Amino acid sequence: MKDILQELESRRAQARAGGGARRVDAQHAKGKLTARERIELLLDEGSFEEFDMFVAHRCTDFGMEKDRPYGDGVITGWGTINGRMVYVFSQDFTVFGGSLSETHAQKICKIMDMAIQNGAPVIGLNDSGGARIQEGVASLAGYADVFQRNIMASGVIPQISVIMGPCAGGAVYSPAMTDFIFMVKDSSYMFVTGPDVVKTVTNEVVTAEELGGAITHTRKSSVADAAFENDVEALIEVRRMVDLLPLNNRDGVPKRPFFDDPARLEPSLDTLIPDNPNTPYDMKELIHKVADEGDFYEIQAEFAKNIITGFVRLEGRTVGVVANQPMVLAGCLDIDSSRKAARFVRFCDAFEIPILTFVDVPGFLPGTGQEYGGVIKHGAKLLFAYGEATVPKVTVITRKAYGGAYDVMASKHLRGDFNYAWPTAEIAVMGAKGAVEILYRSELGEPEKIAARTKDYEDRFANPFVAAEKGFIDEVIMPQSTRKRVCRAFASLRNKKLTNPWKKHDNIPL
Amino acid sequence: MFSKILIANRGEIACRVIKTARKMGIKTVAVYSDADRNALHVEMADEAVHIGPPPANQSYIVIDKIMEAIRQTGAEAVHPGYGFLSENKAFAEALAAEGVAFIGPPVRAIEAMGDKITSKKLAQEAGVSTVPGYMGLIADADEAVKISNDIGYPVMIKASAGGGGKGMRIAWNDAEAREGFQSSKNEAASSFGDDRIFIEKFVTQPRHIEIQVLADSHGNTVYLHERECSIQRRNQKVIEEAPSPFLDEATRKAMGEQACALAASVGYTSAGTVEFIVDGARNFYFLEMNTRLQVEHPVTELITGVDLVEQMIRVAAGEALPFAQGDLKINGWAIESRLYAEDPYRNFLPSIGRLSRYRPPAEVVEPARAIRNDTGVFEGGEISMYYDPMIAKLCTWAPSRDAAIQEMRLALDEFELEGIGHNLPFLSAVMDHPRFASGNITTAFIAEEYPEGFEGAELPEDLLRRVAASACAMNRVAEIRRARVSGRMDNHERVVGADWVIRLQGQEYAVTINADREGATVRLNGSEYRITSDWKPGQPLARLMVDGAALVMKVARIPGGYRLRLRGADLRAQVFSPRMAELAALMPEKLPPDTSKLLLCPMPGLVVSLNVAEGDEVFEGQALCTVEAMKMENILRAERKGRVAKINAEAGASLAVDDVIMEFE
Repeated sequence: MKDILQELESRRAQARAGGGARRVDAQHAKGKLTARERIELLLDEGSFEEFDMFVAHRCTDFGMEKDRPYGDGVITGWGTINGRMVYVFSQDFTVFGGSLSETHAQKICKIMDMAIQNGAPVIGLNDSGGARIQEGVASLAGYADVFQRNIMASGVIPQISVIMGPCAGGAVYSPAMTDFIFMVKDSSYMFVTGPDVVKTVTNEVVTAEELGGAITHTRKSSVADAAFENDVEALIEVRRMVDLLPLNNRDGVPKRPFFDDPARLEPSLDTLIPDNPNTPYDMKELIHKVADEGDFYEIQAEFAKNIITGFVRLEGRTVGVVANQPMVLAGCLDIDSSRKAARFVRFCDAFEIPILTFVDVPGFLPGTGQEYGGVIKHGAKLLFAYGEATVPKVTVITRKAYGGAYDVMASKHLRGDFNYAWPTAEIAVMGAKGAVEILYRSELGEPEKIAARTKDYEDRFANPFVAAEKGFIDEVIMPQSTRKRVCRAFASLRNKKLTNPWKKHDNIPL
Repeated sequence: MFSKILIANRGEIACRVIKTARKMGIKTVAVYSDADRNALHVEMADEAVHIGPPPANQSYIVIDKIMEAIRQTGAEAVHPGYGFLSENKAFAEALAAEGVAFIGPPVRAIEAMGDKITSKKLAQEAGVSTVPGYMGLIADADEAVKISNDIGYPVMIKASAGGGGKGMRIAWNDAEAREGFQSSKNEAASSFGDDRIFIEKFVTQPRHIEIQVLADSHGNTVYLHERECSIQRRNQKVIEEAPSPFLDEATRKAMGEQACALAASVGYTSAGTVEFIVDGARNFYFLEMNTRLQVEHPVTELITGVDLVEQMIRVAAGEALPFAQGDLKINGWAIESRLYAEDPYRNFLPSIGRLSRYRPPAEVVEPARAIRNDTGVFEGGEISMYYDPMIAKLCTWAPSRDAAIQEMRLALDEFELEGIGHNLPFLSAVMDHPRFASGNITTAFIAEEYPEGFEGAELPEDLLRRVAASACAMNRVAEIRRARVSGRMDNHERVVGADWVIRLQGQEYAVTINADREGATVRLNGSEYRITSDWKPGQPLARLMVDGAALVMKVARIPGGYRLRLRGADLRAQVFSPRMAELAALMPEKLPPDTSKLLLCPMPGLVVSLNVAEGDEVFEGQALCTVEAMKMENILRAERKGRVAKINAEAGASLAVDDVIMEFE
């Protein structure tokens, strides 16, 4: 009997050894942890339950039958993060370079199916050389099986990808379809075609880091949502992220004990808006002062900085925040910021996360670059996302809400539940100067007249009261009481029920 | 007594004067420029009068505007504060002409003390010790040597027109005097076009010690002992204290009596300060007399219990001083730290902007300690470019110097200040400096102890361990809260462990935490620390008791850990489980990213102005150019010290994102 038990232990030891000490050392030398070490960091200590430890590939070509390591380059299973269940797969670069075989894919598919069925997030730790070339089309089929599950899981359970090594070719499309992608600086990259192919086809010389490193994807392409210094920091921050997310689309947001008074007043917010309407201010100060404990988990902090997206807690419950940032491009909407915010709003709506919107938007960015790039359809994405969202929506206009951008930013007209404005709000079709130049074109030659007209327009529209008269603003609030008002608004919406007409799915302008 | 006074000043001193006036039942009038529309002094005063645009020379120091404000409001007296019009003879005369009382000395005293040479002469006549020197013209090097011998070495050879160290030489013997005279003369001629030279005694180990005097119009003049102001940076006082740790009773008495004699000799009334330079042998020499209330007056108030502003007002109203010299005793010790909006990590470059957080420690007056904070700002207020970058004057008082320093350490750690660069960490570092603690200071303290500038304090090992133990205990509380999130698997919750490893200031400590209802006992590298605190996760300020001693630190979350700030140190702390620590040890040390030598345009926009030229040396944080985008002006600043090699854009140019605006060497 003892021998039989011993047999299990020795096989487990073999599986846990991965690609062997030499490859593990090589992995460490690259500043990377092994697949199992990463799982240890991601999950609560001792909570990991493994599946398919002894799975091995079935390939017999190219002499592969002689090398059939346990696990086949990926470790799968479930565990807990602060006691909440998550499923996880972690690709093992020390075994066949983490390449994806038919069986490797099957392991991933198994836990994804369970995650969808049992309503828990899937976290993928990606570190793979790509397809298992020896397996040919079987490997490609494996990818597609994973893709199909990513699609089915989308909007059902949160899916998080952490890119912790190479992720190239077809492999990129699985993370691409997950909700969030995090990368590790200097040791991860993602691209559809690598530098060699780029050189051959376009004669462009580019390094892997430039083509698809963490900086590229957080700043330029917006493929990644955040980048971290190393594996340890990345996994600590993923745990923090998971603390904020619902386990699935039915459970609602997590609640956590909090030590911050929901009625806390912030007198300093009364002076946040500068006297000069053309002077920027930092919208993040408002976010920090409204959030529980000043804690803000920003998503896509390095991309399209003219809009801010991320998560806060109010009374211990997760709330998604979207805010124009006057510090960058005056906080205008453009292609990038619309796309960034639209995707965030849709994530929140899919998972029943209430949305808080802070508005200071002078309009859409003008120019050929924007129009040729299709700002019409990209801008419409954000409009669509806000309009279709059925979660509680609370909006605070701090300063400018001009033109179509006013409509877009979670306005009352898009089923906003609470639309508050600060006394400094200006809700108008456009700024006074532009409006007067159109309305009084014939007087343009007479500066005094135009100045008087401009003053009239400002007096009439550079305030929130015209909109409040019409009921488009539910209440004009003191800036210092924003946290209190917003907390109470969300508290009143905890039982909100709103459904859209039945449809197979909508047709958002992609 | 007056029923209404006007304060011809702004900022903390205006607020300070209003406080006392209010206490005395006197109505107050503030004046303000456009930049101070929402300032605290305007808020505090009973009335406020707008006096013009932000620059002081178009508002606060325009006599006509102040006079108009007085007429408008019917103020019967004016307190000038310090700076601005406080030592302006014309202003005092204008007030006298309209029968408005000046809460300060008579015009004659202002005038007499306003001129360096006259005041020195008057001081000599009044029997005040002055720096030995020769003021007349010196014909040649031989005469210079002779004069130097008369004064006694070391001597300072100075250009009359000199300033900023130019045309200045120190000589310790005849040869140096001869050489120094010639080179000073040459330098003076070429720099100032005026080669007149004078020679005076060079004071070694100089301390700046000043005597506070107070005189009424009934012939009473008293001194309220001294203040030591030797901690200065480029002639700007940073830390002051009263009494001086250096003076003995005899010297104090001699200085005080001479100061009073000088004041009496010019018919002085109101509060005034006689500044002395004191050498290592306690020889003291008159420097100048300031005919106004000094910035650092609170330390004198704290040790004497006299409200100087109140006495100034009473004297101006013709009252006699309510005390005689014999009544004025030194009680305990007071220290003042001046908080400036100057970034110590960026060569003390002024920093302007919004105070997104401003929470000074609570003011207290207790039998064994007091904390006082004189300020003119508030959270959400603005530090503007137009005026003095002082944010606040934080004072502590205790029965002894050591205790007052300890109170100051804690008070500085409790002071929450965010949004702008400020010198809080530097002040903390000075409080912890052994030489400051010993009292062995001179006016060269900062230059000698921080020759390379300030890069943050290193905490000593024992303090670091107490911080490490505290951070671990706090992290455990935070982790337990995290493990109480909803949606947990019943019966399979996360158990938060007792063993941790903390990385702090390049050290790693293994820690075991035994928590109980009252607090935690933390074992760290063989020692045990008992920690109690009412800190809750997410609070930015933690007050702890570690083995019965108070420890205060600012806590913020940063990716992968915490940022801890205390005692002038700015630390990154990472708290790991033992297994995490093993794995974290495998992570490579990363060099700070190579910040490029280019200034790139961060957004599409129009170059409004360039603030530097090719070849200019720039400091970290210096404004380089302004780019307007979407009608907003964005100031681009230098990320580090360097020289501008090439400028690729001109004012009016329209730029795209990442266009190179300038290149650095």
